[in-house]
Amino acid sequence: MADHRKMWESLGLDLESHDQLMKVLPPTYGSVYMSQENRPEGMEYFDFVVSEVHGQRIQELQDHKAAGGKVIGAFCVYVPEEIVRAAGGIQVGLCSGVEIGTAQAEKVLPRNICPLIKSFMGFKLGKVCPYFESCDMVVGETTCDGKKKAFEILNDFVPVHVMETPQMKREKDKALWLSEVQDFLAAVEEYTGNKVTAESMRQAIKDTNAKRRALLRLNELRRHDPAPISGKDCLLIEQISMYDDVPRFTAQVNALCDELEVRVKEGKGVAVTGAPRLILSGTPMALPNWKVPHVIETSGAVIVAEEMCTGLRYFENLVPEEGETLEQMVEAIAGRYLDINCACFTPNDGRMERIVSLAGEMKADGVINCTLAFCDPYLVEANRVGKALKEHKIPLLNLETDYGQEDSAQIKTRVEAFLEMLENR
Amino acid sequence: MFTVGIDVGSITTKAVLMNGSDWRCVIRPTGCSPRQAGSEAFEELLGQAGLKRDDVTCVVGTGYGRISLPFIDKAVTEITCHARGAHHLLQGADMVVDIGGQDSKVILTDGRGNVVNFAMNDKCAAGTGRFLEVIAAALGADVSELADLARGAEPVQISSMCTVFAESEVISLLAQGVEKGKIIAGIHRSVALRVAAMAERLGKGELILFTGGVAKNEGVREYLSRELGRETVVTPESQLAGALGAALLARERPWVSGGRGR
Repeated sequence: MADHRKMWESLGLDLESHDQLMKVLPPTYGSVYMSQENRPEGMEYFDFVVSEVHGQRIQELQDHKAAGGKVIGAFCVYVPEEIVRAAGGIQVGLCSGVEIGTAQAEKVLPRNICPLIKSFMGFKLGKVCPYFESCDMVVGETTCDGKKKAFEILNDFVPVHVMETPQMKREKDKALWLSEVQDFLAAVEEYTGNKVTAESMRQAIKDTNAKRRALLRLNELRRHDPAPISGKDCLLIEQISMYDDVPRFTAQVNALCDELEVRVKEGKGVAVTGAPRLILSGTPMALPNWKVPHVIETSGAVIVAEEMCTGLRYFENLVPEEGETLEQMVEAIAGRYLDINCACFTPNDGRMERIVSLAGEMKADGVINCTLAFCDPYLVEANRVGKALKEHKIPLLNLETDYGQEDSAQIKTRVEAFLEMLENR
Repeated sequence: MFTVGIDVGSITTKAVLMNGSDWRCVIRPTGCSPRQAGSEAFEELLGQAGLKRDDVTCVVGTGYGRISLPFIDKAVTEITCHARGAHHLLQGADMVVDIGGQDSKVILTDGRGNVVNFAMNDKCAAGTGRFLEVIAAALGADVSELADLARGAEPVQISSMCTVFAESEVISLLAQGVEKGKIIAGIHRSVALRVAAMAERLGKGELILFTGGVAKNEGVREYLSRELGRETVVTPESQLAGALGAALLARERPWVSGGRGR
C-alpha cells in the first residue's frame, strides 16, 4: 500500500485509531478472501480495490474535489445516485460494517441499537473513515426509526439531507416519493452548483444502468452448477459497487463475467458440482462484514444470491431509458427506486415473492435469512419470510447477529446443522 | 463393528463406544482444553474395552469442541447427533429439547431421528447449564442439589433472563428474605419458559425427549412439561444423547477414514 498518511492527516483522520483499523483489515481479508480456491483471475482488480480502499480511491475523491467536484455520502440503496452523477458529483456508500468507535458512538446513542447505526456514528465521531471525512454532505432516509433519529445527531457533525422514504406503496406514497426525489435534485444542484440537464441525466441513467446490468450479468452466471464464483466474492463486488468509479467498475465486472462464461462452458467452478446452494437474505452486509458468508462457504455450501441491499435490491431494477425530458427521467428514477423491497414497507409482499422465485431460478436448496441485532423491520419480517418459504417447502435458517466475531462458532454450528439437514432431505 | 461418538460439551465430555447393541460410556469434565478432554475420554474408553484405535471403524466428534479433535473421522453438529440419539433412547420421539452447558436448543425431527427444523438460543448463556451453575453458586448450593431444594416450593417470578442480571436478582431476593426453594423453583421455571417459547416457534412435538446435562434436573423437567402442555421424557442416558447419536451415525453413514479429522 502506498503511503497515504499525509492525505489521511489532511482529512483530519484520527491516525492512531485508523492505524488499528488498517491493521485488522488486511489479515482478515487474507483469511477470508485469499484463502479461497479456484478464484477467478478477474477478482484481482477487486482485491486491488480493497487493498487501496482507503488509498487510491480516496485520492481520486480528493482530486475530484480539488477540481471543484463534490462528494456525497449515502447509507441506503434508496438514494438515487443518478442525480448526484448528473450533477457532476460522486456518490459513495459510507462505511458501517465493523465495530468501531463504539465508546464515542455510545456518547450520543443508546447502547442497544442496530450495529450499522452504531458503526456509522462510530466512524464519524472516531474520525476513522476517509470516505466520511471526504463528504461535505450526507444523504439520509427514513427507512427505519433508528437511522431516522440518528441522522438528527449526525447532522451535528456533517450536514445531512434526509429524504422521506414512504412506508407503503400507494399512489399518494408514490407522489410523496416523487416530490422527495425532485427536492433531492434541487438540493444536489444547489450543493454542487451544477444545473442538471436532460442530457447529463440521460447519461447518468445510462452509466448507472450499465453498472446494474453488469451486476445482473454476474448474478445470472451464478445459476450454473458448479457455481463459477463464490458468494463471498460476489458480495465483495456488490460492496465495492457502492463506492468505486462507475465506468471502471462496470468494465471490470464485465471482464470478470467474460472469464466466468468460459468457466461455465468448461464446467469449472469454485465448489464441487452438487454442493448445497444457498440464498442469503436479510439486512445489508456493509464492508467489511463478511462473517456469515465466510462461515457458510467454509462449511461446504455456496451462496448463489444475496437478496439484500448489498445485493439484488441494489441492482435488480433498471431505470427506463426512454424519458425525453428531465421531468420524465426524474419520474422514471422515482418509480425505479420505489420498487425496492425494503422491510420498511408494509406490507412487503414483493420481497417474499422475490425470495421464493429466486430460490427457483437459482436452484437453491435453502435460504439463510440473516438479520442484524436490533433491526426491528427485518427481525419482525423474518416471520413473513418463514411463512412464505414454508408454503413453498423451501428450508430456511434464521440468524441474528452483529459485527462481533465472538458468535462465529455458534453460527457455524447452526449453519452446519442446517447443511446436515439439507443433505438428509 | 466398533464405532465411537465423542461429544465435547462446554462443561462435560461424553464418549460412547458402540458395538452392535452393546455400548459403554465415559463422562468427564471438559476443563479448559476440549482437545485434551476429547482425547483422554477416547483413550479411556478404548482402555476399558481393551481396544486400539484401529479396532474402531469410525469416530464421530460432536459438541462445541468437535473442531478441536484431531483423531476423529468426521465432525457432525450436536443438533444432528441429538436427533439421532434421541430416536435411539425414545422410539418415535419427534422433538428434542437439549439444554447443555452453554446453549439450549429445540430440535423437531421426523420421528425417525432426522432433523426437520431446529432453534437455538442466542450467544449468551441465559437459561443454560452455566446459568444454573452461576445461580447455584450465588445460593451456596451445588447444581446437583437444585431440584431437591426446590421440591414443592412455589416459584417466585424471575424477570431477568440474562445470567448476570438474574444472579443479582437472586441476591436481592435473598436479601428480601425469600426462601431459597422458592427462588430456585423460579429459576427452574424461567429456564423452562425460555425453551418452551423456542419450541412453540417450531411447532409442538408429540413425544418430547429432554437431553443434555440440565435434563438431570427434575425441577426444570417438570416446568418444561407444564409449559409445553405434554410430558417431556428424561431417560437415564439423556445426557449421553449426543455421544450416542454420534456413535450411531458413525455406524450408519459412510464416513470411514480417508480424511481423518475434517
